[in-house]
Amino acid sequence: MQTFNFLKPNRDNIKNYSIIGSLLVLVSLIDVISNAFLQINLTFFLPGSLTNLFPLILGLIGLNMMRIDYSGNKTLDLLNKNINTNNFNALLTLLILFSIIKVLPQSLSWMILDATISGDSKDACTGTGACWTYIKVWFRRFMYGMYPNEFHWRINTAFILVIALGFVGYFMKENLKKYLALYYVIIYPVIAYLVIYYLISGGSFGLQWVETGAWGGLSLTFIVSFFCLIFCFPLGMIFALGRRSNLPAIKYISICYIEFWRGVPLITVLFMSSVMFPMFLPEDFFMDKLVRVIIAITLFEAAYCAEVIRGGLQSLPRGQYDAAKSLGMGYWKMHIFVILPQALKLVIPGIANTFLALVKDTPLIFVVGLAELAGMLALAKTNPKWLGFAMEGYIFASIIFWIICYAMSKYSYNLESKYKTER
Amino acid sequence: MSDPIIKIQNMNKWFGDFQVLKNINLEVEANKKIVVCGPSGSGKSTLIRCINRLEEHQEGDIIVDGNELSEKTKDIEKIRAEVGMVFQQFNLFPHLSILDNCTLAPIWVKKMPKKEAQELALDQLKKVQIDDQANKFPGQLSGGQQQRCAIARALCMQPKIMLFDEPTSALDPEMIKEVLDAMVSLAKGGMTMIVVTHEMGFAKEVADEVIFMDEGMIIEKADTKEFFANPKSDRTKLFLSQIL
Repeated sequence: MQTFNFLKPNRDNIKNYSIIGSLLVLVSLIDVISNAFLQINLTFFLPGSLTNLFPLILGLIGLNMMRIDYSGNKTLDLLNKNINTNNFNALLTLLILFSIIKVLPQSLSWMILDATISGDSKDACTGTGACWTYIKVWFRRFMYGMYPNEFHWRINTAFILVIALGFVGYFMKENLKKYLALYYVIIYPVIAYLVIYYLISGGSFGLQWVETGAWGGLSLTFIVSFFCLIFCFPLGMIFALGRRSNLPAIKYISICYIEFWRGVPLITVLFMSSVMFPMFLPEDFFMDKLVRVIIAITLFEAAYCAEVIRGGLQSLPRGQYDAAKSLGMGYWKMHIFVILPQALKLVIPGIANTFLALVKDTPLIFVVGLAELAGMLALAKTNPKWLGFAMEGYIFASIIFWIICYAMSKYSYNLESKYKTER
Repeated sequence: MSDPIIKIQNMNKWFGDFQVLKNINLEVEANKKIVVCGPSGSGKSTLIRCINRLEEHQEGDIIVDGNELSEKTKDIEKIRAEVGMVFQQFNLFPHLSILDNCTLAPIWVKKMPKKEAQELALDQLKKVQIDDQANKFPGQLSGGQQQRCAIARALCMQPKIMLFDEPTSALDPEMIKEVLDAMVSLAKGGMTMIVVTHEMGFAKEVADEVIFMDEGMIIEKADTKEFFANPKSDRTKLFLSQIL
């Protein structure tokens, strides 16, 4: 029985149908684009409401004509499988496309076409667009905080040194490889601390002392994240193992630790570390506020790391423990060579999650008066000479944070595929 | 007669309220091969897991190579290093290559130089005929090859005793033979072996003694020929009639 199949393609006529269909979609897109960018209404001859619906209807008919189960054409099949499975999905596809096109001109003209970047005061920003002059003028502050301008090279050198030291592992000789973990867990943090202390803080070797209160901006974000990341991971590992220990004392201490730090909000921990903690210290004992904050965040995040790592430990089959024990390995050998390598590999996504959250939590240290990137932003937007540019600042900060976090998550994907072995 | 290398006296073990092993008495002399059989849940695996203290017993004595196993035993690792074990699920370390699986324990437990350990491992892998797979990972091997690697890994520690916990139960019928061949040649080499298995052909070929267990007790213990030709208890007869 011949059914009515107008607008329904089959294997024989799909070629013609897909050409006509894509032409229709193209026409609908051109209509929307000319409407959005050039303010020309190609369908002026149609009555009001129909003008707006016209591209949608045209696009839907076009997509409908292209829809077929299997055509053999790769692009067409991909299209049909993913964005054109039925009328509803086709409608969604078109709506999303159209709204992107509609929004694009305004945001483009605000961010780029009408934006100002010249000049070095607020007066330069007279246009309707964004005022990137603001970012340009404040750039050094956003990067280095209140750190004196003439000493910025010290921060740069310190960072380059620390990064270079981080790559030492790649160039280590084969017979030194077994000390790699030791290097990254103990030696590297100490060296990094010394480098940052002597170069950025100064006070010796003829370098002028700069107190940590003046540190700020993106460099402070990096310093805080860096130390918290490298310390909270080994600490978390210890507590994860501790929570699974057979020794009751160790087990309950670990449980208490984890449950305590997971139960309090980070912001109160920061307040405690900077306001309450010094009151309990002996008078002649001084600990810098930045150090206290780093310790507080580290202890806090270590509890989260511990639970993520414990998840990995629990997912290993008991047979792995049995096999390691039956070969005569003790607790530490079993964990270092058999259990942890497998468990840590499994928890890379979870650890990356925790680390990303940590980096994005660093702006909270503003509450105790340390102005990292987002904190500097908050200071700058209340500067009387530069009122009214909060938007530009926050866009700038989000772009920077996005780049950092995206790089981190990319790196974690790389690690995952690097250590992937079949079970 | 020499002193037994494994001596178990009046041993009882509970899992919670449930008594899994009841009054076990067993002596194994050096170089003997013992096969343990019985229905599932009879405590066979638990028994041999007690011998290297992967499970703890609550009553009675277990003496392995002159060392008594108890909570006070300090160097349990040293005793375990002398007792090799092969598991039903192979339990190879999936993150290490076959060669590294075999050299890990000799290098870090026995403090053997790396080169020596690798030579030893290749030698053992050759004996079970998978030396050509040495650089692959366990996931890339068939079940039979993995189990043979597990045997080689245990032998690399040069143990005095080998325990086998249903080594062929997780394998395809075709692969069972290659694993059994490896075990037979090991037995001919004079190793002391305790094997939990349902492979009665293997038992007839290499075992000196067969032990039949049910409900946590040793029901029958006899020389291999005697065991198959002339079983004493009715339970053993029933079991043999079903399995043979």
